[in-house]
Amino acid sequence: MRLALTAAALGFLALFLVLPLVTVFVYAFSEGLRVYAAALAEPDARAAVGLTLVTAAFSVPLNTAFGVAAAWAIARFRFPGRSLLVSLIDLPFAISPVVSGLIFVLLFGMQGLFGPWLVEHGVRILFAVPGIVLATLFVTFPFVARELIPLMQEQGSDEELAAVSLGASGWQMFWRVTLPNIRFGLLYGVVLVNARAMGEFGAVSVVSGHVRGLTNTVPLHVEILYNEYHTAAAFSVASLLAGLALVTLVAKQLLEWRIGRKGRAA
Amino acid sequence: MARARRRSSLPGFSPALGFTLLYLSLVVLIPLAALFWKTSTLSLHDFVATVSSARVLAACRVSFGCALAAALLNAWLGLLVAWVLVRYRFPGRAIADALVDLPFALPTAVAGITLTTLLARNGWIGRVLEPLGIQVAFTPLGITVALIFIGLPFVVRSVQPVLEDLDAELEEAAASLGASRAQTFRRVLLPALAPAVTTGFALAFARGVGEYGSVVFISGNMPMKTEIAPLLIVTKLEQYDYAGATAIAVTLLLVSVALLLAINGLQAWSRAREIG
Repeated sequence: MRLALTAAALGFLALFLVLPLVTVFVYAFSEGLRVYAAALAEPDARAAVGLTLVTAAFSVPLNTAFGVAAAWAIARFRFPGRSLLVSLIDLPFAISPVVSGLIFVLLFGMQGLFGPWLVEHGVRILFAVPGIVLATLFVTFPFVARELIPLMQEQGSDEELAAVSLGASGWQMFWRVTLPNIRFGLLYGVVLVNARAMGEFGAVSVVSGHVRGLTNTVPLHVEILYNEYHTAAAFSVASLLAGLALVTLVAKQLLEWRIGRKGRAA
Repeated sequence: MARARRRSSLPGFSPALGFTLLYLSLVVLIPLAALFWKTSTLSLHDFVATVSSARVLAACRVSFGCALAAALLNAWLGLLVAWVLVRYRFPGRAIADALVDLPFALPTAVAGITLTTLLARNGWIGRVLEPLGIQVAFTPLGITVALIFIGLPFVVRSVQPVLEDLDAELEEAAASLGASRAQTFRRVLLPALAPAVTTGFALAFARGVGEYGSVVFISGNMPMKTEIAPLLIVTKLEQYDYAGATAIAVTLLLVSVALLLAINGLQAWSRAREIG
């Protein structure tokens, strides 16, 4: 019984998780190392990597700052509307990526709420980098807050109260007590934000406009190559994202071990 | 709020909450309000006409049907995987456990092209299934497979902690009182795990309904047959039919929010079970 169940579970995991992962790398190198390197060195691919890094460079610090502030207010204070606030923070997780992109089209598109005003003033948000950053901010919004709120509630505020009563200023308390206590949970949230920011497809696809070399992120570049039957090139670029996923998994595992608990379903 | 501040002697409440509300409004609430603003400009007649058109209904049937099938299968597969990971010790267990999160970590577009490549007629798996007359890629079956991949971690990660806290003595007691294995599973384990499995199921289902990246490649996107609702939103946007896209989006959004509320309720039930 035990053997049969273990074999069934592992067989299923091998088929559904290991095989696809292996496939990415096999196809990436299917036409040799030269084709692989060429696919990554191509200007459009490099531009896509650059844009993905820029997107993450906005999303990670902004959503991290928000997560810390939200967790501080929610885990340390009682105020009316607190549980509503927690639900609102979770909202982006419940929304289809395509709908997350659509709302920015409705705001900034030609027929959108601010569309005509933007055109008049020559500001481009949609089908340009700002739109991609905004859509990514939206889909990665809850990660850090969701990690920190339960962690800080569990830790309690005794150490912080002690620091304050011993005369520490607010910032001293934050840097010397709060931050060291939450550092692994915070890093965990950052890892999740980063992975999603670099890998988001649906929301970004709606707002990007797919201009090669300008508004294509790495996942969108993979889509274009794949649809044009450049299979080896598509998987070469995809292998960067698969590598990122593996790094994310290892980081997640190490941090879970440090925090000492299992990750919850995001 | 003044009362709240007096009760706690910790600093920073006002700036933290102020920044939280400002950022939440700018990034999430105002953009979402645009969806409802757009909806309010549609006439009820147009809204109903869009949502009840044959193509939209077919897309919703595909999205909800495949998501439901995948979530149901995931409930059992996830339970199996969680059980084996928690109760058995075998070499490579830690790696298998870490790998369960792969669908969260792997960008959906990569999952999509990989599954399509594997399951297409000349792919490694498709080649085996082809002579048996089973076609997976570009059929609803393919969509379901992609959604099983995407949804698996939800059930495993919901069930795992509950199973870890569940005392093995409970099962031993049942067995020593003469229960068969099947009876122990049905009468002792399943009731204790039901809330967690249902939560995982609901999370996987909600994710499946809105999923886009992993599905568009494998679905083949044939209108009325394998077109999913999120893709139809994209198609309408590309045709500058903002009103039509909005109508479908609002419908999807309302279903998601209803599911989110149901999940929160389930989690409360789950916690109550754990304590009780």
